[in-house]
Amino acid sequence: MSTVTILTMDAPYESANSTTALRIVDAAIRKGHNVNVFAYEGAVSYSVTTQKPHQNPVKGTSVEEERHPNTKDWVAALLSAAQAKGVKLDWVRCGLCEDERGAFEQVPGTRRGSPADFVKQIASSDNVLVIPTK
Amino acid sequence: MAKILNIVESAYRATIEEQDDTILWFSHMLANAGADIAVLLRGNAVNYLSKGQEVGDLRFGDAGLGNPPRIAEDVAVLRSKKGVPIYYVLEDATQRGLERSSLIDTGEPVAQADLARFVSGYERVFHW
Repeated sequence: MSTVTILTMDAPYESANSTTALRIVDAAIRKGHNVNVFAYEGAVSYSVTTQKPHQNPVKGTSVEEERHPNTKDWVAALLSAAQAKGVKLDWVRCGLCEDERGAFEQVPGTRRGSPADFVKQIASSDNVLVIPTK
Repeated sequence: MAKILNIVESAYRATIEEQDDTILWFSHMLANAGADIAVLLRGNAVNYLSKGQEVGDLRFGDAGLGNPPRIAEDVAVLRSKKGVPIYYVLEDATQRGLERSSLIDTGEPVAQADLARFVSGYERVFHW
C-alpha cells in the first residue's frame, strides 16, 4: 500500500480535469492505496452539499429519469469506498478558497485546511500529482 | 430575427459531469425559444459527429453516471427535431482522420476556404 496526493484546482462542470482527478482517486482506492486530496481554488466546489440534480428540458426528462449525480455525490461515494476498502482518503479543502466562494456547506468527512496541509500531505506521500487550471 | 451561428470548438468540456455538451444543450434551448440558429463544429468538436463515440459505465465508488453523454445522438436530434443546421469544418475532420463514412449523416462540411463567406451569412456569431 502506498500513498498518493492529488491537488486539483478546476471547478466542477468546467473541464475534464475534475472528472480525471476523481477517476484517479477512484482507481487508487480500488487498488488499495491511501489517497490525499487537496482541493484548491474552484475545486472546493466539488463537495458543496447544496448542489442539486436537475431535470433536462432538452430531453424532456425528469430529475428522476435524468439520474444525474452531482460531484458532491461522487466525493461522498469515494469517502465510503475508501472506508469499505480500509484505506484512507484525506480530502482537504482550501479554507480561504471556500471563503471566497461562500462554499461553506461541505460533504462530511472532508475537512477545511490550508496549503500547510498540502505540505504535510506531500511529506507523507510516495508521489504527488498536481492537476492545475490552465 | 437575427440569424445566429454557434461555433463550437471547445470539445468534451465537462461532458461527463454534465452528461451532455453544454453548448449543444444551450443551442437546443435557444432553438426551443424560437432562435434562428445554426451550429458549426470546428477543431476537436468535429468529433462530436463521430459514430464511434462510447461512454461506458463510469463509476466513482458506488455512484455511477445516470445517463452517460451520447453526443452524436444529441447532435442528430438537434438537427432532426429542432431543425438546427449542423456544419463542420472539413479540414478539421480530415486532419483527425475522420472520414465521411465514420460520421453521422447530420453534418454538412464547410471548407476552410469558404469559412469567411459562410460566417458572413449570420448576424450574430458566438464562438465557444
